Amino acid sequence: MAEDRIKKVSIVVSRGSLEGVYPGLIMANGARMEGMEANLFFTFFGLYAVLDKYMDKIKIATVGNPAMRVPDAKGFPLPTLLGALPGMSAFATWMMNKTMDKLDIPPIREFVEMISAAGAKLYACKATVDMFNLTMDDFCPEVDKVLTVGEFYELSAGSQIIFT
Amino acid sequence: MATKTLANVTVEVTEEGYLTNQAEWTKAVGEAIAKEEGIELTENHWKVVEFLQKEVKENGSLPTIRRLTKSGVVDTKALYQLFPNGPLKKAAKIAGLEKPASCV
Repeated sequence: MAEDRIKKVSIVVSRGSLEGVYPGLIMANGARMEGMEANLFFTFFGLYAVLDKYMDKIKIATVGNPAMRVPDAKGFPLPTLLGALPGMSAFATWMMNKTMDKLDIPPIREFVEMISAAGAKLYACKATVDMFNLTMDDFCPEVDKVLTVGEFYELSAGSQIIFT
Repeated sequence: MATKTLANVTVEVTEEGYLTNQAEWTKAVGEAIAKEEGIELTENHWKVVEFLQKEVKENGSLPTIRRLTKSGVVDTKALYQLFPNGPLKKAAKIAGLEKPASCV
């Protein structure tokens, strides 16, 4: 058992919705909790999870999410048209954040700080940084560096790469 | 289930080495487990171990790392330095508690 343990993971966060961001953060934190090396690579809208100005405003997508039910996971399906009503996404996010806090899943900023303090490294994707006209100043301090995809593969040598 | 001799006493442990009967835990047993894990226990290690034991006694379950670090006993960075390669698991094992079963 000990020999086939995963020793290193690289997790790509590509989506900027709450349900798009959390799985990658939980997996990265969980990897550190298990003593694995962990690298997080934020790309496309996933970058919003580490953009200082926007990371506290990440919301659940209530449109285009056919599995979404209200008022809880076993409630009624939320029709896309209703999901589009103003405040829907904010409300669903508020409900979800409350539940997560009870389970000790921290808000994104705190989670990012925690993952970084746990020794994981956080990187931003160069292609997206160029496309969105961003600089290092736009990121929260936990982001270590902007990487090209080639550099990402280099530092992922020996890693399991997980795309979320 | 297996038994193991730690600090000259025989204790019951799971396959992964977690004590199955907390009552069998003593400081000496904790020290012996730590030694197996390659950890030399200092005052700061004991603070963490004792906090975990206190939480389990009061709430019936292990705290999360977030709860532990918010308690002021230790911060995240220090926790990972004190117990490298799986801090909550190692600390729980040394404390004679069950294997952590939470995702965060």
